[in-house]
Amino acid sequence: MTIAVIDYGMGNLRSVSKALEHVAGGQDVVVTADPAVVAAADRVVFPGQGAMPDCMRELDARGLRPAVLAAARAKPFLGICIGLQMLFDHSEEGDVTGLGVFAGEVRRFPEARMVGADGQRLKVPHMGWNQVQQRPHALWHDIADGARFYFVHSYCVQPRDAALVAGSADYGIPFTCAVGRDNIFAVQFHPEKSARDGLQLLKNFAEWRP
Amino acid sequence: MGLAKRIIPCLDVTAGRVVKGTNFVALRDAGDPVEIARRYDEQGADEVTFLDITASSDQRDIILHIVEACAEQVFIPLTVGGGVRKVEDVRRLLNAGADKVSMNTAAVQNPDLVFDASSKVGSQCIVVAIDAKQVAPGQWSVFTHGGRNNTGLDAIAWAQRVEALGAGEILLTSMDRDGTKNGFDLALTRAVADAVRVPVIASGGVGNLQHLADGVAEGRADAVLAASIFHFGEFTVRQAKEYMQGRGIEVRL
Repeated sequence: MTIAVIDYGMGNLRSVSKALEHVAGGQDVVVTADPAVVAAADRVVFPGQGAMPDCMRELDARGLRPAVLAAARAKPFLGICIGLQMLFDHSEEGDVTGLGVFAGEVRRFPEARMVGADGQRLKVPHMGWNQVQQRPHALWHDIADGARFYFVHSYCVQPRDAALVAGSADYGIPFTCAVGRDNIFAVQFHPEKSARDGLQLLKNFAEWRP
Repeated sequence: MGLAKRIIPCLDVTAGRVVKGTNFVALRDAGDPVEIARRYDEQGADEVTFLDITASSDQRDIILHIVEACAEQVFIPLTVGGGVRKVEDVRRLLNAGADKVSMNTAAVQNPDLVFDASSKVGSQCIVVAIDAKQVAPGQWSVFTHGGRNNTGLDAIAWAQRVEALGAGEILLTSMDRDGTKNGFDLALTRAVADAVRVPVIASGGVGNLQHLADGVAEGRADAVLAASIFHFGEFTVRQAKEYMQGRGIEVRL
């Protein structure tokens, strides 16, 4: 069994692969830019950091788009951070077209509504540990509803289909931070940086039979 | 409920070993950085920061091995600072497994470094550390070289400048308080936190749990950084969080 972590040159994937190795008991974890390796893998992790336009450009520069789309149709697939955002139709960030796996937009936190309960201005990026309200999904197994995960982002996804929402959080506005459909699960936060609960989510993914 | 305020233990590292300076002198060895980082992860630390104070250049790459080992065992965000002078230094630390890289003197000497680095790796990876000393009531200057050089820059204006250049976070240390255990310079912390839209980490002077809570409640910091109160076992991170929660501050417990 192999878990492929897709490497399109946007940032360091060591944390993601090491966290997966930590929990994936017996499965091989490979960081790869090779579409053939992605096609042969049993599970696929699609990470991403930085700006979405750069991520889209680098993904295409390496000819990885068809392999990502094929994996998203066929096998357990976990999107992380920009890897979640890229699954949608379009992002405000650089007015860029996404992969269109899910209908919806990626939008920046609205400046005007970035005010906390105490009246203080909320900072963007949304950086740190926030609570995730779960909707039932296999990947939340053994993780308490309301558990905190580590976020770093300035944009968030707005799925057109509310049934996609598997988790939400609050930062000035309520926003979708996890989506799930069939074999795909994707999160805005970083499970590889989210201590015990993040490792549990990765373990659940490594064992997931959608 | 929403975003938690963060507690960040900081480890001063030289040639691969942890030390803690008091006012940046009188260093004391306190062990293996990876072991200690893992212990802090278990205690519920929200992040860990390594500050590399290695003086000799031929030992400077040791930090990369420490970061690599840490990334294999510690699954919370890791910030690394110290000796970062070029975009290439930033890249090497990120590739070794750091999540954020902090720069201080080099940013003052070459502000374009903040812009270049954040453009290449993203603002979320770039922390600018500001060492500030009070020079008049309500006025602080930026110091470099461990507090020896007064740059003449106003700390608040400098914080706003590095934010505009792409810093994703500011690590603010009061040089007047560092090592004193008298608490953060709350006026400085609040002045900077109110002046920028990126998160501010308060640092310098923590001697007890009340100081940590004050940094958030009165200083309006988004995160608090401390070293010695955690290193020498006076308090655990969990105790700090329980105390802060008791003061009505949202934390991850």
